[in-house]
Amino acid sequence: MEQELRELYQQVILDHNKSPRNFRLIEHPTNHAEGYNPLCGDNITVYLSINDKGIIEDISFQGSGCAISKASASLMTSMLKGKTVAEAENIFNKFHSLVTDKLGDTPDIEDLGKLAVFAGVREFPVRVKCASLAWHTMMNALHNKNEKVVTE
Amino acid sequence: MHTEIAAIKKNDFSFYDIQKIRNDFPILKTLVHDKPLVYLDNAATTQKPQYVIDKMNYYYENYNSNVHRGVHALSQKATEAFEGARIIIKNFINALGKNEIIFTRGTTESINLVASTYGRANIKEGDEIIISTMEHHSNIVPWQMLCTEKNAKLRVIPINDNGEIIFEEFEKMINEKTKFVSIVYASNTLGTINPVKEIINLAHNYNIPVLLDAAQAINHLKIDVQQLDCDFLAFSGHKLYGPTGIGILYGKVNFLEAMHPYQGGGDMISKVTFEETTYNELPHKFEAGTPDIAGAIGLGAAIEYIEKIGLENIAHHENLLLDYATKAVSDLQGLKIIGTAKDKIGVLSFHFENVHPHDVGTFLDFEGVAIRTGHHCTQPLMRRFNIPATSRASFGMYNTIEEVDVLVHGLKKILEVFG
Repeated sequence: MEQELRELYQQVILDHNKSPRNFRLIEHPTNHAEGYNPLCGDNITVYLSINDKGIIEDISFQGSGCAISKASASLMTSMLKGKTVAEAENIFNKFHSLVTDKLGDTPDIEDLGKLAVFAGVREFPVRVKCASLAWHTMMNALHNKNEKVVTE
Repeated sequence: MHTEIAAIKKNDFSFYDIQKIRNDFPILKTLVHDKPLVYLDNAATTQKPQYVIDKMNYYYENYNSNVHRGVHALSQKATEAFEGARIIIKNFINALGKNEIIFTRGTTESINLVASTYGRANIKEGDEIIISTMEHHSNIVPWQMLCTEKNAKLRVIPINDNGEIIFEEFEKMINEKTKFVSIVYASNTLGTINPVKEIINLAHNYNIPVLLDAAQAINHLKIDVQQLDCDFLAFSGHKLYGPTGIGILYGKVNFLEAMHPYQGGGDMISKVTFEETTYNELPHKFEAGTPDIAGAIGLGAAIEYIEKIGLENIAHHENLLLDYATKAVSDLQGLKIIGTAKDKIGVLSFHFENVHPHDVGTFLDFEGVAIRTGHHCTQPLMRRFNIPATSRASFGMYNTIEEVDVLVHGLKKILEVFG
Protein backbone atom coordinates (compact mmCIF):
# COMPACT_ATOMS: atom_id res chain seq x y z
CA MET A 1 0.00 0.00 0.00
CA GLU A 2 1.23 3.51 -0.74
CA GLN A 3 2.61 5.53 2.18
CA GLU A 4 -0.17 8.17 2.25
CA LEU A 5 -2.86 5.52 2.02
CA ARG A 6 -1.23 3.53 4.79
CA GLU A 7 -1.20 6.64 6.98
CA LEU A 8 -4.87 7.28 6.28
CA TYR A 9 -6.01 3.71 6.77
CA GLN A 10 -3.99 2.73 9.81
CA GLN A 11 -4.71 -0.58 11.49
CA VAL A 12 -6.51 1.18 14.35
CA ILE A 13 -8.91 2.77 11.86
CA LEU A 14 -9.52 -0.48 9.98
CA ASP A 15 -10.13 -2.22 13.28
CA HIS A 16 -12.62 0.36 14.56
CA ASN A 17 -14.36 0.32 11.19
CA LYS A 18 -14.78 -3.43 11.37
CA SER A 19 -15.87 -3.52 15.01
CA PRO A 20 -17.02 -0.07 16.05
CA ARG A 21 -17.19 0.54 19.81
CA ASN A 22 -20.30 2.02 21.46
CA PHE A 23 -22.26 1.43 18.24
CA ARG A 24 -25.67 1.30 19.86
CA LEU A 25 -28.65 3.32 20.98
CA ILE A 26 -28.88 4.96 24.43
CA GLU A 27 -32.54 4.59 25.39
CA HIS A 28 -32.95 7.80 27.36
CA PRO A 29 -30.06 10.09 26.46
CA THR A 30 -29.75 13.49 28.12
CA ASN A 31 -28.43 14.84 24.84
CA HIS A 32 -28.42 13.70 21.25
CA ALA A 33 -27.98 15.12 17.74
CA GLU A 34 -27.97 13.98 14.12
CA GLY A 35 -25.27 14.66 11.55
CA TYR A 36 -25.37 14.31 7.79
CA ASN A 37 -22.86 14.65 4.98
CA PRO A 38 -24.84 15.28 1.79
CA LEU A 39 -21.76 14.74 -0.37
CA CYS A 40 -21.53 11.04 0.41
CA GLY A 41 -24.79 10.34 2.23
CA ASP A 42 -23.09 9.56 5.56
CA ASN A 43 -25.40 10.00 8.51
CA ILE A 44 -24.83 9.61 12.22
CA THR A 45 -26.69 10.06 15.49
CA VAL A 46 -24.68 10.69 18.66
CA TYR A 47 -26.24 9.96 22.07
CA LEU A 48 -24.93 11.26 25.41
CA SER A 49 -25.81 10.69 29.04
CA ILE A 50 -24.41 13.56 31.06
CA ASN A 51 -24.86 13.56 34.84
CA ASP A 52 -25.52 16.61 37.00
CA LYS A 53 -21.79 17.01 37.70
CA GLY A 54 -21.25 17.57 33.98
CA ILE A 55 -19.55 14.21 33.42
CA ILE A 56 -20.27 12.16 30.29
CA GLU A 57 -21.37 8.88 31.84
CA ASP A 58 -22.22 7.22 28.55
CA ILE A 59 -21.82 8.05 24.89
CA SER A 60 -22.76 6.07 21.77
CA PHE A 61 -23.49 6.46 18.08
CA GLN A 62 -25.48 4.92 15.26
CA GLY A 63 -25.61 5.45 11.53
CA SER A 64 -23.73 4.61 8.36
CA GLY A 65 -20.58 5.93 6.82
CA CYS A 66 -17.16 5.21 5.42
CA ALA A 67 -14.29 3.68 7.38
CA ILE A 68 -12.88 7.07 8.33
CA SER A 69 -16.17 8.41 9.68
CA LYS A 70 -17.09 5.20 11.48
CA ALA A 71 -13.67 4.79 13.09
CA SER A 72 -13.65 8.45 14.06
CA ALA A 73 -17.03 8.10 15.79
CA SER A 74 -15.96 4.87 17.47
CA LEU A 75 -12.68 6.31 18.79
CA MET A 76 -14.44 9.51 19.84
CA THR A 77 -16.94 7.65 21.99
CA SER A 78 -14.18 5.54 23.58
CA MET A 79 -12.20 8.67 24.32
CA LEU A 80 -14.95 10.83 25.78
CA LYS A 81 -16.60 8.39 28.13
CA GLY A 82 -15.94 9.61 31.71
CA LYS A 83 -14.74 13.05 30.59
CA THR A 84 -16.35 16.32 31.65
CA VAL A 85 -18.13 18.50 29.13
CA ALA A 86 -15.27 21.02 29.32
CA GLU A 87 -12.70 18.29 28.66
CA ALA A 88 -14.75 17.02 25.71
CA GLU A 89 -14.79 20.50 24.18
CA ASN A 90 -11.06 20.80 24.66
CA ILE A 91 -10.46 17.44 22.92
CA PHE A 92 -12.81 18.49 20.11
CA ASN A 93 -10.69 21.60 19.49
CA LYS A 94 -7.47 19.61 19.43
CA PHE A 95 -8.95 16.97 17.14
CA HIS A 96 -10.29 19.65 14.85
CA SER A 97 -6.83 21.23 14.46
CA LEU A 98 -5.32 17.80 13.97
CA VAL A 99 -7.39 17.09 10.87
CA THR A 100 -7.64 20.60 9.45
CA ASP A 101 -4.28 22.28 10.18
CA LYS A 102 -2.08 23.07 7.23
CA LEU A 103 0.28 20.40 6.00
CA GLY A 104 3.72 20.85 7.51
CA ASP A 105 2.45 22.13 10.87
CA THR A 106 3.40 19.75 13.66
CA PRO A 107 0.13 18.49 15.09
CA ASP A 108 -0.40 18.84 18.84
CA ILE A 109 -1.25 15.28 19.74
CA GLU A 110 -0.97 15.65 23.49
CA ASP A 111 -4.12 14.29 25.17
CA LEU A 112 -5.30 12.84 21.88
CA GLY A 113 -3.99 9.31 22.44
CA LYS A 114 -5.16 6.95 19.71
CA LEU A 115 -6.89 9.82 17.92
CA ALA A 116 -3.47 10.82 16.60
CA VAL A 117 -4.01 8.21 13.85
CA PHE A 118 -6.23 10.77 12.13
CA ALA A 119 -3.28 13.04 11.35
CA GLY A 120 -3.10 11.36 7.91
CA VAL A 121 -6.50 12.80 6.99
CA ARG A 122 -4.91 16.21 6.37
CA GLU A 123 -3.42 14.78 3.18
CA PHE A 124 -6.95 14.13 1.88
CA PRO A 125 -8.96 17.35 1.90
CA VAL A 126 -12.11 15.61 0.62
CA ARG A 127 -12.00 13.19 3.55
CA VAL A 128 -11.70 15.77 6.37
CA LYS A 129 -15.50 15.95 6.54
CA CYS A 130 -15.64 12.20 7.06
CA ALA A 131 -13.35 12.39 10.08
CA SER A 132 -15.04 15.41 11.65
CA LEU A 133 -18.74 14.58 11.14
CA ALA A 134 -19.09 12.63 14.41
CA TRP A 135 -17.28 15.35 16.33
CA HIS A 136 -19.42 18.22 15.06
CA THR A 137 -22.49 16.13 15.80
CA MET A 138 -21.23 15.45 19.34
CA MET A 139 -20.69 19.19 19.89
CA ASN A 140 -24.24 19.90 18.77
CA ALA A 141 -25.53 17.21 21.11
CA LEU A 142 -23.52 18.70 24.01
CA HIS A 143 -25.20 22.01 23.45
CA ASN A 144 -28.53 20.36 22.77
CA LYS A 145 -28.86 21.98 19.41
CA ASN A 146 -31.57 20.16 17.56
CA GLU A 147 -30.72 21.33 14.07
CA LYS A 148 -29.00 18.68 12.00
CA VAL A 149 -25.25 19.07 11.47
CA VAL A 150 -24.54 19.24 7.78
CA THR A 151 -20.97 19.04 6.59
CA GLU A 152 -20.39 19.82 2.96
CA MET B 1 -9.96 -16.79 -15.55
CA HIS B 2 -13.62 -17.03 -16.45
CA THR B 3 -14.05 -18.57 -19.89
CA GLU B 4 -16.63 -15.99 -20.83
CA ILE B 5 -14.18 -13.23 -19.96
CA ALA B 6 -11.52 -14.91 -22.05
CA ALA B 7 -13.99 -15.02 -24.92
CA ILE B 8 -14.58 -11.30 -24.74
CA LYS B 9 -10.84 -10.70 -24.57
CA LYS B 10 -10.31 -12.75 -27.71
CA ASN B 11 -12.64 -10.50 -29.51
CA ASP B 12 -9.96 -7.91 -30.00
CA PHE B 13 -12.29 -5.00 -30.60
CA SER B 14 -10.94 -5.05 -34.15
CA PHE B 15 -13.83 -3.00 -35.51
CA TYR B 16 -12.33 -0.11 -33.67
CA ASP B 17 -8.86 1.49 -33.60
CA ILE B 18 -8.72 2.12 -29.87
CA GLN B 19 -5.11 3.33 -29.83
CA LYS B 20 -5.84 5.93 -32.48
CA ILE B 21 -8.85 7.14 -30.51
CA ARG B 22 -6.85 7.30 -27.27
CA ASN B 23 -4.22 9.40 -29.00
CA ASP B 24 -6.93 11.92 -29.86
CA PHE B 25 -7.55 12.61 -26.15
CA PRO B 26 -4.57 14.46 -24.66
CA ILE B 27 -5.70 14.02 -21.04
CA LEU B 28 -5.33 10.24 -21.27
CA LYS B 29 -1.56 10.69 -21.03
CA THR B 30 -1.94 12.20 -17.54
CA LEU B 31 -0.46 10.41 -14.54
CA VAL B 32 -2.39 10.27 -11.25
CA HIS B 33 -0.35 9.34 -8.16
CA ASP B 34 2.38 8.34 -10.66
CA LYS B 35 0.05 5.84 -12.34
CA PRO B 36 -1.53 6.17 -15.78
CA LEU B 37 -4.98 7.74 -15.52
CA VAL B 38 -7.77 5.20 -15.86
CA TYR B 39 -10.76 7.45 -16.39
CA LEU B 40 -13.98 5.58 -15.58
CA ASP B 41 -16.14 8.55 -14.61
CA ASN B 42 -17.63 9.20 -18.03
CA ALA B 43 -21.20 9.37 -16.75
CA ALA B 44 -20.15 12.45 -14.75
CA THR B 45 -18.36 14.05 -17.66
CA THR B 46 -16.44 12.81 -20.68
CA GLN B 47 -12.98 13.90 -21.77
CA LYS B 48 -12.50 16.11 -24.81
CA PRO B 49 -10.67 15.15 -27.99
CA GLN B 50 -8.00 17.45 -29.39
CA TYR B 51 -10.34 18.19 -32.33
CA VAL B 52 -12.87 19.85 -29.98
CA ILE B 53 -10.20 21.72 -28.03
CA ASP B 54 -8.65 22.99 -31.29
CA LYS B 55 -11.97 24.18 -32.73
CA MET B 56 -12.70 26.15 -29.58
CA ASN B 57 -9.19 27.61 -29.40
CA TYR B 58 -9.33 28.52 -33.06
CA TYR B 59 -12.49 30.50 -32.47
CA TYR B 60 -10.94 32.43 -29.57
CA GLU B 61 -7.66 32.97 -31.37
CA ASN B 62 -9.03 33.92 -34.79
CA TYR B 63 -12.63 35.07 -34.89
CA ASN B 64 -13.90 35.68 -31.35
CA SER B 65 -16.83 38.04 -31.74
CA ASN B 66 -20.46 38.36 -30.72
CA VAL B 67 -23.15 36.65 -32.79
CA HIS B 68 -26.30 37.90 -34.51
CA ARG B 69 -25.27 41.55 -34.36
CA GLY B 70 -22.32 43.34 -35.98
CA VAL B 71 -21.97 43.61 -39.69
CA HIS B 72 -18.23 43.16 -39.42
CA ALA B 73 -16.44 40.14 -40.78
CA LEU B 74 -15.64 38.45 -37.47
CA SER B 75 -19.19 38.69 -36.19
CA GLN B 76 -20.48 37.15 -39.40
CA LYS B 77 -17.97 34.33 -39.17
CA ALA B 78 -18.84 33.69 -35.51
CA THR B 79 -22.57 33.69 -36.36
CA GLU B 80 -21.98 31.21 -39.17
CA ALA B 81 -20.05 28.87 -36.88
CA PHE B 82 -22.60 29.19 -34.08
CA GLU B 83 -25.57 28.58 -36.35
CA GLY B 84 -23.59 25.87 -38.13
CA ALA B 85 -23.30 24.03 -34.82
CA ARG B 86 -27.08 24.24 -34.47
CA ILE B 87 -27.49 22.52 -37.83
CA ILE B 88 -25.01 19.79 -36.87
CA ILE B 89 -27.05 19.14 -33.72
CA LYS B 90 -30.34 19.26 -35.62
CA ASN B 91 -29.04 16.61 -38.03
CA PHE B 92 -27.55 14.52 -35.22
CA ILE B 93 -30.95 14.03 -33.56
CA ASN B 94 -32.90 14.35 -36.82
CA ALA B 95 -35.04 17.29 -35.74
CA LEU B 96 -37.42 18.67 -38.34
CA GLY B 97 -35.86 22.12 -38.30
CA LYS B 98 -33.02 24.06 -36.72
CA ASN B 99 -35.52 26.33 -34.98
CA GLU B 100 -36.34 23.35 -32.74
CA ILE B 101 -32.81 23.37 -31.29
CA ILE B 102 -32.39 25.69 -28.29
CA PHE B 103 -28.96 26.26 -26.77
CA THR B 104 -29.00 26.09 -22.96
CA ARG B 105 -26.38 25.65 -20.23
CA GLY B 106 -27.08 21.94 -20.03
CA THR B 107 -29.70 19.28 -19.33
CA THR B 108 -30.67 20.88 -16.03
CA GLU B 109 -31.42 24.23 -17.59
CA SER B 110 -33.27 22.58 -20.48
CA ILE B 111 -35.62 20.81 -18.07
CA ASN B 112 -36.07 23.96 -15.98
CA LEU B 113 -36.93 25.88 -19.13
CA VAL B 114 -39.78 23.51 -19.96
CA ALA B 115 -41.03 23.36 -16.36
CA SER B 116 -41.09 27.13 -16.01
CA THR B 117 -42.60 27.98 -19.38
CA TYR B 118 -44.74 25.12 -20.65
CA GLY B 119 -45.30 23.86 -17.11
CA ARG B 120 -46.32 27.18 -15.57
CA ALA B 121 -48.74 27.90 -18.40
CA ASN B 122 -50.37 24.47 -18.55
CA ILE B 123 -50.22 22.78 -15.15
CA LYS B 124 -53.13 23.62 -12.88
CA GLU B 125 -54.32 22.68 -9.43
CA GLY B 126 -55.05 18.96 -9.14
CA ASP B 127 -53.10 18.06 -12.29
CA GLU B 128 -50.51 15.29 -12.21
CA ILE B 129 -46.97 15.05 -13.56
CA ILE B 130 -45.32 11.64 -13.92
CA ILE B 131 -41.62 10.89 -13.46
CA SER B 132 -39.82 7.68 -12.43
CA THR B 133 -37.94 6.46 -9.36
CA MET B 134 -34.61 6.57 -11.20
CA GLU B 135 -34.65 10.26 -12.09
CA HIS B 136 -31.65 12.50 -11.50
CA HIS B 137 -32.40 15.38 -9.12
CA SER B 138 -32.50 17.64 -12.18
CA ASN B 139 -35.60 15.81 -13.41
CA ILE B 140 -37.25 15.78 -9.98
CA VAL B 141 -36.74 19.17 -8.40
CA PRO B 142 -38.02 21.43 -11.24
CA TRP B 143 -41.26 19.44 -11.36
CA GLN B 144 -41.53 19.39 -7.59
CA MET B 145 -41.17 23.18 -7.52
CA LEU B 146 -43.84 23.49 -10.18
CA CYS B 147 -46.19 21.13 -8.33
CA THR B 148 -45.75 23.08 -5.10
CA GLU B 149 -46.48 26.35 -6.88
CA LYS B 150 -49.57 25.01 -8.66
CA ASN B 151 -50.80 22.61 -6.03
CA ALA B 152 -50.36 19.79 -8.52
CA LYS B 153 -49.21 16.25 -7.80
CA LEU B 154 -45.92 14.59 -8.68
CA ARG B 155 -46.35 10.87 -9.30
CA VAL B 156 -43.46 8.42 -9.47
CA ILE B 157 -43.34 5.19 -11.50
CA PRO B 158 -41.84 2.45 -9.33
CA ILE B 159 -39.00 0.19 -10.46
CA ASN B 160 -38.23 -3.48 -9.85
CA ASP B 161 -35.13 -4.86 -8.11
CA ASN B 162 -33.22 -4.98 -11.39
CA GLY B 163 -33.75 -1.25 -11.76
CA GLU B 164 -36.35 -1.41 -14.53
CA ILE B 165 -39.51 0.65 -14.75
CA ILE B 166 -42.61 -1.37 -13.94
CA PHE B 167 -44.58 -0.48 -17.05
CA GLU B 168 -47.90 -1.81 -15.76
CA GLU B 169 -47.66 0.65 -12.88
CA PHE B 170 -47.22 3.46 -15.37
CA GLU B 171 -50.29 2.23 -17.24
CA LYS B 172 -52.26 2.31 -14.00
CA MET B 173 -50.93 5.72 -13.01
CA ILE B 174 -51.67 7.62 -16.20
CA ASN B 175 -55.14 9.15 -16.34
CA GLU B 176 -57.08 12.23 -17.42
CA LYS B 177 -55.41 14.28 -14.66
CA THR B 178 -51.93 13.54 -16.04
CA LYS B 179 -50.66 16.62 -17.87
CA PHE B 180 -46.95 15.88 -18.39
CA VAL B 181 -44.52 12.95 -18.40
CA SER B 182 -40.78 13.55 -17.89
CA ILE B 183 -38.58 10.46 -18.01
CA VAL B 184 -34.90 9.67 -18.09
CA TYR B 185 -33.88 7.81 -21.26
CA ALA B 186 -30.90 6.06 -19.59
CA SER B 187 -30.17 6.13 -15.86
CA ASN B 188 -26.89 7.69 -14.74
CA THR B 189 -26.82 5.49 -11.62
CA LEU B 190 -28.17 2.15 -12.84
CA GLY B 191 -27.40 2.29 -16.54
CA THR B 192 -30.96 1.17 -17.33
CA ILE B 193 -32.25 2.09 -20.78
CA ASN B 194 -35.94 2.82 -20.40
CA PRO B 195 -38.62 1.74 -22.92
CA VAL B 196 -39.16 5.35 -23.94
CA LYS B 197 -40.92 4.59 -27.21
CA GLU B 198 -43.62 2.64 -25.35
CA ILE B 199 -43.88 5.37 -22.72
CA ILE B 200 -44.29 8.06 -25.37
CA ASN B 201 -46.88 6.04 -27.29
CA LEU B 202 -48.98 5.47 -24.21
CA ALA B 203 -48.74 9.11 -23.10
CA HIS B 204 -49.70 10.29 -26.59
CA ASN B 205 -52.81 8.11 -26.47
CA TYR B 206 -53.90 10.51 -23.72
CA ASN B 207 -52.50 13.57 -25.55
CA ILE B 208 -49.87 14.05 -22.87
CA PRO B 209 -46.51 15.56 -23.90
CA VAL B 210 -43.31 13.73 -22.95
CA LEU B 211 -39.86 15.12 -22.14
CA LEU B 212 -36.86 12.79 -22.35
CA ASP B 213 -33.81 13.45 -20.20
CA ALA B 214 -31.21 12.13 -22.64
CA ALA B 215 -28.10 13.28 -20.74
CA GLN B 216 -26.73 9.73 -20.49
CA ALA B 217 -28.31 8.27 -23.63
CA ILE B 218 -27.05 10.81 -26.13
CA ASN B 219 -23.50 9.44 -26.32
CA HIS B 220 -24.55 5.81 -26.58
CA LEU B 221 -27.82 5.52 -28.50
CA LYS B 222 -28.73 6.87 -31.90
CA ILE B 223 -31.56 9.27 -31.15
CA ASP B 224 -34.07 10.21 -33.85
CA VAL B 225 -36.56 12.62 -32.29
CA GLN B 226 -39.01 12.26 -35.17
CA GLN B 227 -39.03 8.49 -34.96
CA LEU B 228 -39.28 8.56 -31.13
CA ASP B 229 -41.91 11.30 -31.40
CA CYS B 230 -40.83 12.81 -28.07
CA ASP B 231 -42.09 16.35 -27.52
CA PHE B 232 -38.98 17.58 -25.72
CA LEU B 233 -35.46 16.20 -25.39
CA ALA B 234 -32.74 17.54 -23.11
CA PHE B 235 -29.02 16.80 -23.09
CA SER B 236 -25.62 18.30 -22.23
CA GLY B 237 -22.55 18.86 -24.36
CA HIS B 238 -20.03 17.70 -21.80
CA LYS B 239 -21.31 14.13 -21.67
CA LEU B 240 -20.92 13.99 -25.42
CA TYR B 241 -17.15 14.67 -25.46
CA GLY B 242 -17.90 18.40 -25.80
CA PRO B 243 -17.42 21.29 -23.39
CA THR B 244 -19.27 22.03 -20.15
CA GLY B 245 -21.66 24.98 -19.99
CA ILE B 246 -23.55 24.15 -23.18
CA GLY B 247 -26.57 21.94 -23.62
CA ILE B 248 -29.59 21.48 -25.80
CA LEU B 249 -33.31 21.60 -25.49
CA TYR B 250 -35.08 20.09 -28.47
CA GLY B 251 -38.77 20.89 -28.63
CA LYS B 252 -41.40 20.27 -31.28
CA VAL B 253 -41.97 23.52 -33.09
CA ASN B 254 -45.68 23.77 -32.22
CA PHE B 255 -44.88 23.54 -28.52
CA LEU B 256 -42.02 26.02 -28.68
CA GLU B 257 -44.10 28.49 -30.69
CA ALA B 258 -46.86 28.44 -28.08
CA MET B 259 -44.54 28.75 -25.10
CA HIS B 260 -43.64 32.01 -23.39
CA PRO B 261 -39.98 33.02 -23.30
CA TYR B 262 -37.87 31.68 -20.41
CA GLN B 263 -35.67 34.73 -19.81
CA GLY B 264 -35.85 38.26 -21.14
CA GLY B 265 -32.97 40.22 -22.60
CA GLY B 266 -30.99 40.77 -25.74
CA ASP B 267 -31.27 38.44 -28.76
CA MET B 268 -34.71 37.14 -27.73
CA ILE B 269 -36.56 40.25 -28.89
CA SER B 270 -37.57 41.64 -32.23
CA LYS B 271 -38.82 45.03 -31.04
CA VAL B 272 -38.59 46.73 -27.66
CA THR B 273 -40.27 49.89 -26.45
CA PHE B 274 -40.84 50.86 -22.82
CA GLU B 275 -44.49 49.93 -23.31
CA GLU B 276 -44.09 46.50 -24.86
CA THR B 277 -41.78 43.96 -26.43
CA THR B 278 -42.29 41.70 -29.40
CA TYR B 279 -40.37 38.47 -29.08
CA ASN B 280 -37.93 37.17 -31.62
CA GLU B 281 -38.72 34.06 -33.63
CA LEU B 282 -37.53 30.57 -32.75
CA PRO B 283 -35.01 29.52 -31.62
CA HIS B 284 -33.81 32.97 -30.49
CA LYS B 285 -36.93 33.55 -28.40
CA PHE B 286 -35.41 31.19 -25.83
CA GLU B 287 -31.82 32.40 -26.05
CA ALA B 288 -31.62 35.66 -24.13
CA GLY B 289 -28.18 37.23 -23.81
CA THR B 290 -24.87 36.40 -25.42
CA PRO B 291 -24.70 32.62 -25.68
CA ASP B 292 -21.76 30.30 -25.02
CA ILE B 293 -20.44 30.67 -28.56
CA ALA B 294 -17.25 28.67 -28.11
CA GLY B 295 -19.28 26.03 -26.27
CA ALA B 296 -21.72 25.66 -29.15
CA ILE B 297 -18.84 25.42 -31.63
CA GLY B 298 -17.19 22.83 -29.36
CA LEU B 299 -20.38 20.78 -29.14
CA GLY B 300 -20.76 20.84 -32.91
CA ALA B 301 -17.14 19.67 -33.22
CA ALA B 302 -17.72 16.89 -30.67
CA ILE B 303 -20.62 15.56 -32.75
CA GLU B 304 -18.51 15.68 -35.91
CA TYR B 305 -15.82 13.70 -34.08
CA ILE B 306 -18.33 11.13 -32.78
CA GLU B 307 -19.83 10.67 -36.21
CA LYS B 308 -16.39 10.00 -37.68
CA ILE B 309 -15.99 7.12 -35.23
CA GLY B 310 -19.62 6.08 -35.45
CA LEU B 311 -22.04 6.12 -32.54
CA GLU B 312 -22.87 2.46 -33.17
CA ASN B 313 -19.20 1.50 -32.91
CA ILE B 314 -18.89 3.46 -29.68
CA ALA B 315 -21.99 1.78 -28.25
CA HIS B 316 -20.76 -1.66 -29.29
CA HIS B 317 -17.38 -1.00 -27.69
CA GLU B 318 -18.95 0.23 -24.44
CA ASN B 319 -21.28 -2.77 -24.34
CA LEU B 320 -18.31 -5.14 -24.61
CA LEU B 321 -16.54 -3.29 -21.80
CA LEU B 322 -19.68 -3.43 -19.65
CA ASP B 323 -20.11 -7.18 -20.23
CA TYR B 324 -16.47 -7.82 -19.46
CA ALA B 325 -16.50 -5.66 -16.31
CA THR B 326 -19.80 -7.10 -15.09
CA LYS B 327 -18.44 -10.63 -15.28
CA ALA B 328 -15.06 -9.66 -13.83
CA VAL B 329 -16.50 -8.06 -10.68
CA SER B 330 -19.25 -10.59 -10.08
CA ASP B 331 -16.78 -12.99 -8.42
CA LEU B 332 -15.61 -10.41 -5.88
CA GLN B 333 -16.67 -11.20 -2.34
CA GLY B 334 -19.58 -9.21 -0.96
CA LEU B 335 -20.02 -7.18 -4.14
CA LYS B 336 -23.52 -6.46 -5.32
CA ILE B 337 -24.24 -4.84 -8.66
CA ILE B 338 -26.90 -2.14 -8.39
CA GLY B 339 -28.73 -2.00 -11.71
CA THR B 340 -29.06 -5.29 -13.56
CA ALA B 341 -31.55 -4.28 -16.24
CA LYS B 342 -31.61 -6.18 -19.50
CA ASP B 343 -30.84 -3.06 -21.53
CA LYS B 344 -28.01 -0.94 -20.17
CA ILE B 345 -25.59 1.76 -21.20
CA GLY B 346 -21.97 1.46 -20.05
CA VAL B 347 -22.60 2.11 -16.36
CA LEU B 348 -21.60 -0.32 -13.61
CA SER B 349 -22.75 0.64 -10.12
CA PHE B 350 -21.86 -1.60 -7.23
CA HIS B 351 -21.84 -1.82 -3.50
CA PHE B 352 -19.64 -3.85 -1.15
CA GLU B 353 -21.11 -5.41 1.94
CA ASN B 354 -18.26 -4.23 4.16
CA VAL B 355 -16.53 -1.41 2.32
CA HIS B 356 -18.06 2.02 1.96
CA PRO B 357 -17.95 3.56 -1.56
CA HIS B 358 -15.94 6.51 -0.28
CA ASP B 359 -13.15 4.21 0.85
CA VAL B 360 -13.33 2.38 -2.48
CA GLY B 361 -12.96 5.72 -4.28
CA THR B 362 -9.91 6.78 -2.26
CA PHE B 363 -8.14 3.43 -2.76
CA LEU B 364 -8.83 3.35 -6.49
CA ASP B 365 -7.60 6.91 -6.83
CA PHE B 366 -4.19 5.66 -5.72
CA GLU B 367 -4.30 3.16 -8.57
CA GLY B 368 -4.92 6.03 -10.96
CA VAL B 369 -8.55 4.93 -11.36
CA ALA B 370 -11.20 7.69 -11.36
CA ILE B 371 -14.68 6.46 -10.50
CA ARG B 372 -17.65 8.21 -8.95
CA THR B 373 -18.76 7.39 -5.43
CA GLY B 374 -21.85 8.76 -3.75
CA HIS B 375 -25.54 9.06 -4.45
CA HIS B 376 -25.06 10.31 -8.04
CA CYS B 377 -27.71 12.99 -7.55
CA THR B 378 -30.33 10.24 -7.26
CA GLN B 379 -31.08 10.17 -3.53
CA PRO B 380 -34.63 8.77 -3.87
CA LEU B 381 -33.18 5.92 -5.95
CA MET B 382 -30.59 5.18 -3.23
CA ARG B 383 -33.45 4.94 -0.74
CA ARG B 384 -35.26 2.54 -3.09
CA PHE B 385 -32.27 0.20 -2.87
CA ASN B 386 -31.77 0.99 0.81
CA ILE B 387 -28.14 2.03 0.43
CA PRO B 388 -26.51 5.42 1.11
CA ALA B 389 -24.27 5.38 -1.94
CA THR B 390 -22.68 3.28 -4.66
CA SER B 391 -19.37 3.11 -6.46
CA ARG B 392 -19.85 3.66 -10.16
CA ALA B 393 -17.56 2.89 -13.07
CA SER B 394 -18.81 4.31 -16.36
CA PHE B 395 -17.24 3.67 -19.72
CA GLY B 396 -16.44 5.91 -22.64
CA MET B 397 -15.24 5.42 -26.20
CA TYR B 398 -11.56 5.44 -25.15
CA ASN B 399 -11.62 2.91 -22.33
CA THR B 400 -9.90 -0.43 -22.75
CA ILE B 401 -10.24 -3.89 -21.40
CA GLU B 402 -6.84 -3.49 -19.72
CA GLU B 403 -8.26 -0.52 -17.81
CA VAL B 404 -11.10 -2.70 -16.55
CA ASP B 405 -8.41 -5.11 -15.33
CA VAL B 406 -6.74 -2.27 -13.40
CA LEU B 407 -10.12 -1.50 -11.79
CA VAL B 408 -10.70 -5.12 -10.80
CA HIS B 409 -7.14 -5.47 -9.50
CA GLY B 410 -7.68 -2.35 -7.38
CA LEU B 411 -10.94 -3.73 -5.99
CA LYS B 412 -9.18 -6.96 -5.02
CA LYS B 413 -6.54 -4.99 -3.14
CA ILE B 414 -9.29 -3.16 -1.25
CA LEU B 415 -10.85 -6.46 -0.23
CA GLU B 416 -7.47 -7.61 1.13
CA VAL B 417 -7.19 -4.51 3.31
CA PHE B 418 -10.78 -4.50 4.55
CA GLY B 419 -11.30 -8.26 4.36
